[in-house]
Amino acid sequence: MEIEQLEKVASQVRRDIVRMVHGCQSGHPGGSLGCTELLVALYFERMKLKENDGKVVFDMDGKDEDLFFLSNGHISPVWYSVLARRGYFPVSELATFRKLDSRLQGHPTTHEHLEGIRIASGSLGQGLSVALGAATAKKLNNDKGIVYVLMGDGEQQEGQVWEAATFAPHHQVDNLIAFIDLNGQQIDGPTVKVMNNRDLGAKYEAFGWEVISIEEGNDMAAVTKGLYEAKGRLGHGRPIMVLLHTGMGYGVDFMMGSHKWHGVAPNDEQLAAALAQLDETLGDY
Amino acid sequence: MKKYTFTEKKDTRSGFGAGMHVLGQQNPNVVALCADLVGSLKLEPFIKENPERFIQCGISEANMIGVSAGLTIGGKIPFATTFANFATGRVYDQIRQSVAYSNKNVKICASHAGLTLGEDGATHQILEDIGMMKMLPGMTVINPCDYNQTKAATIAIADHDGPVYLRFGRPVIPVFTDADQKFEIGKAWMVNEGTDVSIIATGHMVWEAIQAGEILEAEGINAEIINIHTIKPLDEEAILKSVEKTGCVVTAEEHNRIGGLGDSVAQVLVKNKLVPQEYVAVNDSFGESGTPAQLLQKYGLDAKHIVEAAKRAIARK
Repeated sequence: MEIEQLEKVASQVRRDIVRMVHGCQSGHPGGSLGCTELLVALYFERMKLKENDGKVVFDMDGKDEDLFFLSNGHISPVWYSVLARRGYFPVSELATFRKLDSRLQGHPTTHEHLEGIRIASGSLGQGLSVALGAATAKKLNNDKGIVYVLMGDGEQQEGQVWEAATFAPHHQVDNLIAFIDLNGQQIDGPTVKVMNNRDLGAKYEAFGWEVISIEEGNDMAAVTKGLYEAKGRLGHGRPIMVLLHTGMGYGVDFMMGSHKWHGVAPNDEQLAAALAQLDETLGDY
Repeated sequence: MKKYTFTEKKDTRSGFGAGMHVLGQQNPNVVALCADLVGSLKLEPFIKENPERFIQCGISEANMIGVSAGLTIGGKIPFATTFANFATGRVYDQIRQSVAYSNKNVKICASHAGLTLGEDGATHQILEDIGMMKMLPGMTVINPCDYNQTKAATIAIADHDGPVYLRFGRPVIPVFTDADQKFEIGKAWMVNEGTDVSIIATGHMVWEAIQAGEILEAEGINAEIINIHTIKPLDEEAILKSVEKTGCVVTAEEHNRIGGLGDSVAQVLVKNKLVPQEYVAVNDSFGESGTPAQLLQKYGLDAKHIVEAAKRAIARK
């Protein structure tokens, strides 16, 4: 897909995010908006997905296709929107987000059998381990698919992440590409103030990972180029870490660059102000 | 009283290792994981024959649970192994979210459960694991009683689709069940039919219960002994059928009296048929260093204490 088309999808996904969070007056818009380019580029351009007659089909095992895991499950709005827009489930279902009897739970879950979700996430620090298991299963199955996993930068404070970071190079899991959303914010404030992660790139390199950076994580061309580069480094005995520099709340001016919109929903006026900045390209749900 | 004899003593963890050896040959999807305790878990025969299907995780239990959950995506059947304390309490949230809530086909296989790991003391003697695991929706909880039953259970859980907690131990104890038994998850085993009291036991306590039954018989008391190897799902029918006959119950487990087999049985009785129940279990405390026999005696878990509990239960009828 052309960059321009991907950007159009991203604009619609951003509208979905703010409308979903507004609709239930809860959820996490900031990180969702910041990771929009990544998820759109993955699902609409980079990932090999199982399709039948041009339509995506979902099965839990995901053999012979690429897999994506969202470890920082609280940015579920962006994932749900991208999955729906890609065709995994009806776009109209986005209106049920976080409401009673919905398959779109606050944090992603397999419990409600939502197409596209393969593991529950929300309690942080677990997704990298799960992705490593799925990547290992692919190797055991001689399956050439790639496993992608996204984590938050605040999430790097969880100890389990570093257990997984040690495991991956030791077992040469080189069919996996991990991302850290470096937006520099977490609930209690800037990450450097809450708990300074210091140089994450140097840390992962010291652990034996191949580390690359996407400096403009909200520039679609830069993201697709970075994904292409990351893929080119697979298969050489080392896992790949992509440091994705994003802006929390990117695309909605009053939400940008602040931890204040980590987990706050816009009111009616704020919703209108946000939507005025985002083109409706694919039709609202 | 039906006679139970034994020709050898073995540890239940070796039964697990033997079961894994069989699974390695029979089921190509079985993958073993371990957190730096290969010898303790008796995994050497499996690893020798299937090195590509063994994943050493190092001392990183949380990651091991997550990797196991991921391995199921792609059809593998991971057996995640370590000591019971590190397999449950240390990684409860990982099991809760990535395994139980996600309904992943992970087998959590835990050795050195209970007091009878002995000299290592209370840091390793988890007495709360059955409670933690049975509270998780969808989790099957199994605590077999000897080498043969543990081997059979290990083989059986590979064919069960869903998360399982398999609990076994370190000490050598008599091997008294059939070598070629078929293990049926959720089905109680009638060890001895009786009329005066139902002794419902799990794990290492089954052999203690058999010894207690013999002592009681000498005193003219006819004990029914039931082995509940599957604590969840619980064989309620077998329990209720027994108490209809005997009118009182003793539960025996190597676990805290809070949250274990005793409480599961009590819930069945409260709902269906109120009869006196006595607990043989650790009385809401931590353990300590000592030999297995010393610890069972000090913490009130040996045959003698089961006999006393049976008499108390009968007196309350």
